[in-house]
Amino acid sequence: MTTKDESGKDQTPEESTSEVRAADVALDTAGGTLEPSIVPVSSQSGDPGHQQGGLMRRIVMGNGFVSILAVVVALFLGGLLIASTDAQVAKTAGYLFARPTDFLSALWTAMTESYVALFQGAVFNPREGFKPVLETMTVATPLICAGLGVALAFRAGLFNIGAQGQIIISATLAAYVGFAWHLPFGLHLLVVIVMGVLGGALWGAIVGILKARTGAHEVIVTIMLNYVALFLLDFLLNTAAFRRPGDNSPISPRLDESATYPVLIPGSRLHVGFLVAIALTYGVWWLLNRSTIGFEFRAVGANPVAARTAGVKVSRATILVMAMAGALAAFGGIAQVAGTEKVLTGGVAAQIGFDAITVALLGRSTPWGTFFAGLLFGAFRAGAVQMQIQTGTPIDIVLVVQSLIVLFIAAPPLIRSIFRLEPKKKNKNKTPKAARKAALANATGGAK
Amino acid sequence: MSATTTAPKSGSTALPAFRPSMKVPLSLGILALIALVFFGFLGPDQTAEMKISDAGDAVAVPALMIPGQVGGIVLGILLLAMAAYSIYLWTQGERSPKWLPIAFAVVFVFALLVWIVAGARQPSISLAGLVAGSVTLAVPLVFGSLSGVLCERVGVVNIAIEGQLLGGAFTAALVATMTGSPYIGLIAAAAAGAAVSMVLAVFSIKYLVNQIIVGVVLNVLVSGLTGFLYGTLMVPNKEQFNTPGRLDILPIPLLSDIPIIGPILFEQSIAGYLMYIAVAVVWFGLFKTRWGLRVRAVGEHPQAADTLGINVNATRFWNVTLGGAIAGIGGAVFTLVTIDSFTKDISGGRGFIALAALIFGRWNPIGAFLASLLFGFAYNLQSILGIIGTPVPSQFMAMLPYLVTIFAVAGLVGKSRPPAASGIPYVKG
Repeated sequence: MTTKDESGKDQTPEESTSEVRAADVALDTAGGTLEPSIVPVSSQSGDPGHQQGGLMRRIVMGNGFVSILAVVVALFLGGLLIASTDAQVAKTAGYLFARPTDFLSALWTAMTESYVALFQGAVFNPREGFKPVLETMTVATPLICAGLGVALAFRAGLFNIGAQGQIIISATLAAYVGFAWHLPFGLHLLVVIVMGVLGGALWGAIVGILKARTGAHEVIVTIMLNYVALFLLDFLLNTAAFRRPGDNSPISPRLDESATYPVLIPGSRLHVGFLVAIALTYGVWWLLNRSTIGFEFRAVGANPVAARTAGVKVSRATILVMAMAGALAAFGGIAQVAGTEKVLTGGVAAQIGFDAITVALLGRSTPWGTFFAGLLFGAFRAGAVQMQIQTGTPIDIVLVVQSLIVLFIAAPPLIRSIFRLEPKKKNKNKTPKAARKAALANATGGAK
Repeated sequence: MSATTTAPKSGSTALPAFRPSMKVPLSLGILALIALVFFGFLGPDQTAEMKISDAGDAVAVPALMIPGQVGGIVLGILLLAMAAYSIYLWTQGERSPKWLPIAFAVVFVFALLVWIVAGARQPSISLAGLVAGSVTLAVPLVFGSLSGVLCERVGVVNIAIEGQLLGGAFTAALVATMTGSPYIGLIAAAAAGAAVSMVLAVFSIKYLVNQIIVGVVLNVLVSGLTGFLYGTLMVPNKEQFNTPGRLDILPIPLLSDIPIIGPILFEQSIAGYLMYIAVAVVWFGLFKTRWGLRVRAVGEHPQAADTLGINVNATRFWNVTLGGAIAGIGGAVFTLVTIDSFTKDISGGRGFIALAALIFGRWNPIGAFLASLLFGFAYNLQSILGIIGTPVPSQFMAMLPYLVTIFAVAGLVGKSRPPAASGIPYVKG
């Protein structure tokens, strides 16, 4: 069965063509007995060539060049947005035809000024040298962990929108153990990690169990659980057990020294959690590409019906992958409370859980892709703080750029048409229409 | 929700055909027992006072006085009876009628209300105010869930309701301030919602990008865009860009004096009236017109629809756009009715509640409307609870819509299903 390779790594055009054909056969034969759940996502495999496989192929195999172009275009559009609200640009636009150079230079200044500040806050500036990189890595740590969770679920065909809730629950548990229990050095941190992971895994497993047992759509359940977790945290922070003694504000005591990740480089916030994130990235890579379970996950993601026929326990895989996704996100929560912040507040998860989705998408759901996407978005986040201070550009521009990047990457035909890149090998799909025709030719050819 | 047996993908999970799912009877039974034990036997012994008319009303109706514990037991037994009826039907191999869960929900919510109010420091609430406030809070949810209904019925999953609401709210505030007319702001909000929807439509229909991904990303994009423009335009120049003024309340004489339903139905802004019209029109359009039949055909079995000469992708595109426009109007309610200025992320996750409402309402405009009302009620109760001081933490009240939704997708609506082709792009053959 070629479905096995379906969500694999980069493939040559020939492979992907034959693979499309074989996948179509599998889907076609499955036509009568398709997964009967109410779930649109898994029923996406109902349409040849453009469904589950199409999504995964797009996430997993979009080429790196397109990704870079997507980043460039997104940054350019973000720059235009910044310039459009810039006073100097507006002023010079008033006499655009008299002296166009003024306008252009104002435009250029407005566009670059913010990004220069962002770069200085994230990578290098003359004052501190490369020290901002450490901050970028610190901010990236939870993004990478949670992104891995989202990516892993993606590979099994599940949309895990719930990283936010998983982070909150794990951070809550980890923090509680961290400040309420007083254990010896070493053991304490271990207990903190174990509790956090258990919390995240449980929060994820709820989704998997509901999906496997009742067919409840995981997107809906994860979104709802995010809010449940948020209110739960809000409630707990208003109880005496989670507050600082004698303080009424919703903030927990500081975690014990023995409960926190050691700092890696003195003078920065970078902690051991970053090394954990690297280890996790390798772990997920190993899991997906070298282990039986990972193979089953990918098989379920590529085609649940075929996977079931081949003897994979789909419901077990669903529950397991969601629990693992939750556990991975949990490391993000642990990194927040035991590494970066060292206290539990209502905003402990910030936007990490949602950013994690874009991180996983930008990383095309591969472990190392997610790692570098996490670093990039970490740089955006770290630099944006500096940018807002220096130039007054609101931090929200980062959200705009991030979402544009993902949109462009999700739709390679769009970015190709912007740059008039015509893929020479792949099925000669110059336009979406041609691509559809090609896919269709394969579909009918393969099926009959 | 008519013919469910056509497509090969239909049918419920692994249950034998002759016996309907026992999820409904079972969950009703459990809920009824919970109500009887917690609201009844363990219920508070104060008497709950529910005022029906306010002091200034033309028609005075005496307040409802319900003793906490006795009321809880009576209502709990009523709930048990309904659950028993449902279980009886199940043993006979019949499905519970549609009205049963709805009636059950109404009684359950009432029992919950009695329990909460009777346990409060100040056991008295105004029923009229509670209901009116619920409707006010539900208005954006209704618009949002109608948008979702239109999109999903035509086969496009709309996770971007949140973005459409937010885009509508921002544009309404901006345009209303700049033109000086909230009505123009309302129209602009519809256009903004439609614009967000068009992006969703183009990416999911033309570029075949996964609809959930586009939806999620669009929410982030709109949040970033409005947050950025709010920071650069509205914060420094509030007068110039962010003082939209409000839509006038247009009471209908006489009718608006009827207790409870008067203010809800006949004392609304134009957006409030539009909501009722929109629910009726969408329902009528979807289920009673040729257009609706086509829309549903595209959502259930696009290939069949295409064979009969319906342009699947064009139908989808325009339906999604229309849905966005409706959600945009809902967004305008935030900035033109509820309060009179835009703040960052003003929609605060209501788009996801609207999504929940549409699922809870089983992809039906009327169902979505009722579910929105229920969620609006939960929102309102949450704030009222803080005022009258109850033992139940308000956070748990806030969780309720979300828990109910999880419960619904897993249990109560388990046997219903989204339109068969929802989420699947159509490639013309």
